[in-house]
Amino acid sequence: MKGPRDVVVLGAGMHPWGKWGRDFVSYGVHAARAALAEADVEATDIGFISGADTMRNGYPGYVSGATFAQALGWTGIPVASSYAACASGATAIDIARDRILAGRCEVALVVGADTTPKGFLAPNAGERPDDPDWLRFRLLGATNPTYFAFHARRRMDLYGASERDFAEVKVKNARHGLHNPNARYRKETSVDEVLASPIVSDPLRLLQICATSDGGAAVVLASREWAERHGKHTEVRVAAVSTVTPTYPTRIIDLPDLATDSAAVVPAPERAFKEAIGDAAYAEAGIGPDDIEVAEVYDLSTALELDWYEQLGFCGTGEAEKLLADGVTTLGGRLPVNPSGGLACFGEAVPAQAIAQVCELTWQLRGTAAGRQVEIDGRPPRAGITANQGLFGHGSSVIVTRDT
Amino acid sequence: MQQQGEGEGARTVRPAIEGWFTSDPEPHLLGQRCADCATVVFPPRAVTCPNPTCVGEDLPVTSLSRTGRVWSYATNHYPPPAPYVAADPFEPITIAAVELQAEAITVLGQVAGPTDDLRVGAEVELEIGTLLTTDTEEHTVWRWRVVPPAGSRMEVSA
Repeated sequence: MKGPRDVVVLGAGMHPWGKWGRDFVSYGVHAARAALAEADVEATDIGFISGADTMRNGYPGYVSGATFAQALGWTGIPVASSYAACASGATAIDIARDRILAGRCEVALVVGADTTPKGFLAPNAGERPDDPDWLRFRLLGATNPTYFAFHARRRMDLYGASERDFAEVKVKNARHGLHNPNARYRKETSVDEVLASPIVSDPLRLLQICATSDGGAAVVLASREWAERHGKHTEVRVAAVSTVTPTYPTRIIDLPDLATDSAAVVPAPERAFKEAIGDAAYAEAGIGPDDIEVAEVYDLSTALELDWYEQLGFCGTGEAEKLLADGVTTLGGRLPVNPSGGLACFGEAVPAQAIAQVCELTWQLRGTAAGRQVEIDGRPPRAGITANQGLFGHGSSVIVTRDT
Repeated sequence: MQQQGEGEGARTVRPAIEGWFTSDPEPHLLGQRCADCATVVFPPRAVTCPNPTCVGEDLPVTSLSRTGRVWSYATNHYPPPAPYVAADPFEPITIAAVELQAEAITVLGQVAGPTDDLRVGAEVELEIGTLLTTDTEEHTVWRWRVVPPAGSRMEVSA
């Protein structure tokens, strides 16, 4: 049932992902202006700016809300600046949405952008033996791909997944991203090409691990009553935002930890962390996996996308490879995953990425995702879900629905 | 601290991180056990119990199991960035996530020795070895070594 304080997405905007070598603020402003244009809203209509922080660009990145407010022109409105690793964009959306739900704001702008260095994501310089993120490099050489590879290896040893299965994820996403103007990599690839790329962290090869990119994304959110009163878009509603943390004890080793918690005394929760992320979103939205018609999930590696199919309840444990092989998660199937092309085609721009996931779902639900439109029975999808996960217990899931 | 050898080039041997492992009498990881709820923690740097229903602040050091089962593993073919000190020339390094049964904790560690028998579920045991050397020091770290499967062990007659 529609409510006047429902939060709707008026518009979405992105700066193309790539390696442009420009200031992150310029990407954010570009995305913000594109979102405002699509929303048909003036910058002076905004009552709140929620920024997603970047840790790689010095002080302005730590206060992203204010940085973008100043860049767009100070108007005296309140701002928030969030950092939640790869979930930063979702936390920024969460804060803006809550403000609208509480009636303290009618229109909010959410924006995140980054400029990222080449190569492995490495910790900031200096000796920091108290920092687990420093120690996992120093003591073990445990890079981010190492952790991705653990999950891939388990799929192989437990479920019989093969390198070819993982390569098929890349092939699918490369095909999806081919016509996405914001994607950095727009080139089809074959299983053989993927398997010929060098091994980075066995069993994962270079073309199975996402790159790091510059990029910027923004959404304009509003209350339904404001949007209706001003004749703006109301089709796409934010039905849920989940930003849960793990429950003690964790049993699955995750970035950047050197060890999990212990389940010797306190039993491990029935639903592990990544499952819990989606559970909370479904519960808030009042829907289940069977209602989902499109998804954008965090394919940091190809095998991680397969894990997400199971963690989001699209299929049972060990069945993700079959779901992919049956064409279910490919454009044309009944639940396309990463129609944008995913991280495989974008690379990761940390603070912008979770917002970009919501941009894609907005366009998919509106039927404006030209060249990669999901069609279910000849119409745009009615419900979409995002999923992502970041270091130190961060993760997010956003559900958007089209209330027709 | 030990002095390795004599004369010029003698290096001081010390752990790469203090208090996380011992080799006396055998290699063991060192964790903490909460005096109030008995939950175990590794690495041993908790100042308060991580169990959300416990407010314990007394977490004495405890030795952890020296064997475990492989939860997963990965082999890195590119030198990790600083602060890792990579060998030159670089040789691939394998890292394993190992479940200690009694403590129900999964701990990471590089793998020492052959990896042919490395599988999810393989048995491994802890050893201490050299992580890096400088002109004056040798830093040690814990590693996991695969326990060869029963059939491939040499039988020693009593």
